Amino acid sequence: MSGYLESQLIILCLNVIFAYGIFLPAASGQLNLGAAGFITLGAYSSAWLNASMGGLGLPMFFSIPLAMLFCAFVAFVISFPILRTRGVYMVLATFAFAEVVSGFVINLDFLGGAAGMPVDDHANINVVLPVALGVVLFSFYFMATRLGLTFRSIHDDESVATLFGVNVRSAKVAAFTIGAALTSLGGALYGHHYNYIETQTFNVLLSIYILLYVLLGGTQTAWGPLVGAAFFTAIPELLRQVSKETGEQWIADTRFIFFGAIIVLMMVVRPEGLVTRTMVERLSRRDKGDPPAKTPAAGEVSS
Amino acid sequence: MNASVLDITRLRKSFGGLTVIDDVSFSVTRGSRTALIGPNGAGKTTVFNLLTGVYPIDDGRIVLDGQDITTVPANDRVTYGMSRSFQNIRLMPHLSTVENVMLGQHARARSLPSLLFPLGLTPRNKWAREAADALADAGLGTYPGQVVANLPYGVQKRIEVVRAMVSRPKILLLDEPAAGLNQVETAQLQALLERVSASGTTLLVVEHDMHFVRNLCDHVVVLNFGRKIFEGTPAQVNDDPAVREAYLGSDSSMGAAHAS
Repeated sequence: MSGYLESQLIILCLNVIFAYGIFLPAASGQLNLGAAGFITLGAYSSAWLNASMGGLGLPMFFSIPLAMLFCAFVAFVISFPILRTRGVYMVLATFAFAEVVSGFVINLDFLGGAAGMPVDDHANINVVLPVALGVVLFSFYFMATRLGLTFRSIHDDESVATLFGVNVRSAKVAAFTIGAALTSLGGALYGHHYNYIETQTFNVLLSIYILLYVLLGGTQTAWGPLVGAAFFTAIPELLRQVSKETGEQWIADTRFIFFGAIIVLMMVVRPEGLVTRTMVERLSRRDKGDPPAKTPAAGEVSS
Repeated sequence: MNASVLDITRLRKSFGGLTVIDDVSFSVTRGSRTALIGPNGAGKTTVFNLLTGVYPIDDGRIVLDGQDITTVPANDRVTYGMSRSFQNIRLMPHLSTVENVMLGQHARARSLPSLLFPLGLTPRNKWAREAADALADAGLGTYPGQVVANLPYGVQKRIEVVRAMVSRPKILLLDEPAAGLNQVETAQLQALLERVSASGTTLLVVEHDMHFVRNLCDHVVVLNFGRKIFEGTPAQVNDDPAVREAYLGSDSSMGAAHAS
């Protein structure tokens, strides 16, 4: 595999992990613009646990899970005040959280402050790719469970879900916490792959992009974040390739205008995301070649 | 004691200074089909919301099958044996028919292993089979995998009943089940409710359609302005002067009785 392709694949993997971390809360109706906060927390805590100088010197395979646990704990604690907000206010609350994290880290000297922090262990594609696949499989499994069903129910109608026995608060806390753990996993891998982290990388633009992958990919099925992240990671790169092939420099220069236009277009054409529940249903039925219904006549008559 | 499945005692609820439920008491006999009727704004749906814990009550007691559920949180009440449908269809629009019904099973599947069981990856698991069977039983076997948003109104109404029934309630609360249905759909719904009733589940129905009430129910409670004004059989209800006045206004005060 060429170096270029490998580097793109790594970026894709990281984006997919981030996207699933934001997808889980989004599937239960929470808009989380705090991805950068959890990425920062994950990257720095794993880096510190891993650092032989000034840290604990744990190997990466311990420091990453510990960092995830730590971030899950932080997410659990902050989820209670944050989940009192909803809609655009939750967007603001999670955004504020990310800013607070960034402000903290930049002022902590043992984490390098504004100068950033080198990270010891290196995670190459042989680590990042399997982990990303694991995250995808986990998310597909998770959304197929009854808990996943309750998430989707809460997304549609909280009060009805409550009346059927769903503890909405607990489910939302679970979604937020597990999502944060996944996001921080992505952050930790980011640090270990590039071996250098600084808070400026994990800015609000990153949070916005990740939320965009999820919302435009679709929050109804586990396919959404995968397709969304792949689509939006690939488009700017493809436009750059097109520019290179055709020798038209202006395409590369203005590719983010195209990118923006595509985003707007998608919101017009597929307001519920690229992949919807109905679409998956239709495709899977075509695959199996099922007849659309089983014994309709017998069913209708009995009532 | 055990003759009634639901006992409501001196229920009271105010929103601000407005008392919407005032000292309402009635019992629902086990296995009965009780109707709760009254003019618009009488407080029928509010009674349902108080029973299911959507709002806390100000005063009174709710006893379900011998257990006091007055202070039980809304999301636990379904486990005591009470389930409901809604005035405006409240199915989950992005869930398939079977998934909507599986949500109704939630009350029976709240343990961690049940929550983590991958329903969606094993299409023939017992929960999915049960949900599909319940739908087929209700004559709705045609639409297992479809997203409910695209289904006809009457079908959605019946799916709501099936969803409520798979929680295995002792009493099923139905909020205007026949509203908005045409004659054929109403007949299909009534047939379904008759079967639900025959299986031993008590029905408590809020309904405007008196024809539907007379056909289905064997007991009627009438509310007006948050108070109970009548309780008896459907045959008696038309002859009761208080009920006539509530619906039609009294002769002496035609102008004042804008009850509806």
